[in-house]
Amino acid sequence: MIDLLRTRLRQGFRTIPVPQTSADLPERFRGRPALDASRCVDGCRECIERSPTPFIRIGPEGVPEIDAGSCLFSPEEVASCPHGGIWYTRDHQMATATREALVSETGVVHLARALDEKSRRLFGRSLRLRSVVAGSCNGCEGELVALGNVVFDLSRFGVQFVASPRHADGIVITGAVNTNMLEALRKTYDATPDPKLVIAVGACAISGGPFRGSPEVHNGVPDDIHVDLWIPGCPPHPLTILDGLVRLLGRMEMGKSVKSVE
Amino acid sequence: MSSFDQVDLSNRRAMPWNAVPRERPDQFRETVAGAVAAGWRIASLFGMPEGAGAGETSIVAILANDVRAQLGAVTTLVGDRYPAISRDCSQAEVFEREIAEQCGVTPEGHPGLTPLRRHPADHIAAARVAPPVSRDEYPFHRIEGDEVHQVAVGPVHAGIIEPGHFRFNAYGERVLSLEIALGYQHRGVERLLETADRTRAVLVAESIAGDTVIGHAGAFCGAIEALARSRKTPRAQSIRGIALELERLANHIGDLGAIAGDVAYAPAAAFFGRMRGECLNLLMTLSGNRYGRGLVRPGGVGFDLPPGMASEMVDRLERLRAELAPVSGLMFRSSSVQARLEGVGVVPREHCERLGFVGPAARACEVVRDVRHDHPYGIFRFVQIPVATAWAGDVFARALVRWLEVQRSIEFICRQARSLPIGDAMVPCGELAPNELAVAMEEGWRGEIVHVVVTDSVGNIRRHKVKDPSFHNWSALATAMTGNQISDFPLCNKSFNLSYAGHDL
Repeated sequence: MIDLLRTRLRQGFRTIPVPQTSADLPERFRGRPALDASRCVDGCRECIERSPTPFIRIGPEGVPEIDAGSCLFSPEEVASCPHGGIWYTRDHQMATATREALVSETGVVHLARALDEKSRRLFGRSLRLRSVVAGSCNGCEGELVALGNVVFDLSRFGVQFVASPRHADGIVITGAVNTNMLEALRKTYDATPDPKLVIAVGACAISGGPFRGSPEVHNGVPDDIHVDLWIPGCPPHPLTILDGLVRLLGRMEMGKSVKSVE
Repeated sequence: MSSFDQVDLSNRRAMPWNAVPRERPDQFRETVAGAVAAGWRIASLFGMPEGAGAGETSIVAILANDVRAQLGAVTTLVGDRYPAISRDCSQAEVFEREIAEQCGVTPEGHPGLTPLRRHPADHIAAARVAPPVSRDEYPFHRIEGDEVHQVAVGPVHAGIIEPGHFRFNAYGERVLSLEIALGYQHRGVERLLETADRTRAVLVAESIAGDTVIGHAGAFCGAIEALARSRKTPRAQSIRGIALELERLANHIGDLGAIAGDVAYAPAAAFFGRMRGECLNLLMTLSGNRYGRGLVRPGGVGFDLPPGMASEMVDRLERLRAELAPVSGLMFRSSSVQARLEGVGVVPREHCERLGFVGPAARACEVVRDVRHDHPYGIFRFVQIPVATAWAGDVFARALVRWLEVQRSIEFICRQARSLPIGDAMVPCGELAPNELAVAMEEGWRGEIVHVVVTDSVGNIRRHKVKDPSFHNWSALATAMTGNQISDFPLCNKSFNLSYAGHDL
């Protein structure tokens, strides 16, 4: 028992405050992608030809735009621009309320805003989520699990993962949504009582990720399931997921008050 | 006499495809079964459709001799059926289920030809008609009797866990049999690896199993580099070794925490859970991603490890080592934890030998099997990590093997980071040699990963076969559960922590 207490004291207090600044992330961390179209050379379409993912494209206005939801955050994607016009910032905040908000001409996304008053009254202080994994690699799930550890401590915001969709206020979908899980995903969605939230975590759930185009997957959450929060990344850093959830619940102020007990 | 063992093949080497000994199907069956009886192991066994028109499929076996650090290869050409190897070789069972499903070829006399992943045949010879695959039906084994009941679990599980279905036949709480039906994570990975260009293929390889990014990318690159005759610098090999061991550390520490959590030993679960993150953060410092994505690339590594970062890594690992020891001491010395881990989920050594289990699951039943030791490659040709084993084959032994490996991995990383060889981190990798077969094995944290790549006459990839350690080891979980209580299933499951994604591809 003495050993136990001694070890506990030695571990100290580890929970980090939210919001976090990206300054604590390492120099090489690949966060939100950014684009500077002024560096484009006339008629150059090399990024589109060379990028392994369709995260960069020509928008309706004829100018390039960047889609954080299709980005795998790989070095190859930004290297596809020979003029240094695409790079990764160290900004980990990039969760949005709509799919369109992930697409922009500069890479700046319109971050998710708090739910309306009524939904916040329902979910704001206690949100129970059910995880559905549908054709993933287990990367996003690893980060969802990490949210429960003492560092990120998701439960201080009243968010918990529960064992049954019938106990849940919403579902978290990871994976490219493959044929073999489509039915189970729909059943889980239907079993969750209304009103419910749907959160799409990771490039796969948003756009199919690395599996996009495979005949076995449906390139992300089907259109007829309304998504309330889109969290890009491959996988998203736990801080990205935490930031999105806290924004959605309108509890940004609350995480600041975490103090060490030492 | 078969000449399967005369081929010039070893880990991360390529050989001409037409030099692989070709045998008649019945002879092939005897060769493979005979080799396994003589102590070889099936590292990979797969079908590859042959050119248009003929409707024929090549079945290829890659055999491993762990004592002689040698690989063997043999192939046969079949039509729509061939005599099953698994009639007298249990190791081949799961591979032949895969061949039947992927290639639409029937292994005749197979003891239980149930669907493996439930997907349409995607490697079927052009002229053949694929047998329809039902995605919904799976003929579960059923035990009849008064008070014998079935328990069905999944595909959607109670935690944040990948999907899979488990079917228990139980008598009261006692499990009579466990059947595992997978395929829910099937994404068509092999077809993507075969059709995507190389820049994208490596991103797919990193996503075969998201907790084994370095392991699978390492095996992928190993096969590509062998075919391209690429020579990595010692520095690149050393950095890859560091990353592989960091991945092992993160996962093993996370597993120890999860095991502690499943026996309700909360302090160790919380402490280990946090320390798993420390290892992931080290990978992020090196590669910009917590799972090491973007690091391992054909020809070397995408990110160098500069001296300042290396010494920071050593400092952080030394601190971690100091924090780990008391926590593991708490957990392994606590009698209430011991009581829950000992004698639970035992895998008998004979089963391990017969079914060819790999990784910590095998080492926990005193089987010395470790690719880093048996088929050394890269940095492991110069620096040996002692193989950690335990003897009881139970949950405790699997936890202990992990703890021993954690300590040895930390030691290895610190040693490497203190004395990194000079040189470039990356040497560009050229075109692939045509008409060749390459085998790359890697000791991922779950065990032996095997990638086999065969090229066509212009150097494009014809077949890319992936074998995750979970492919071998899921049946170990079924073995371990027999005779145990259903309530011990989560604990047993955690002690293996197998990959659904890696199995389902």
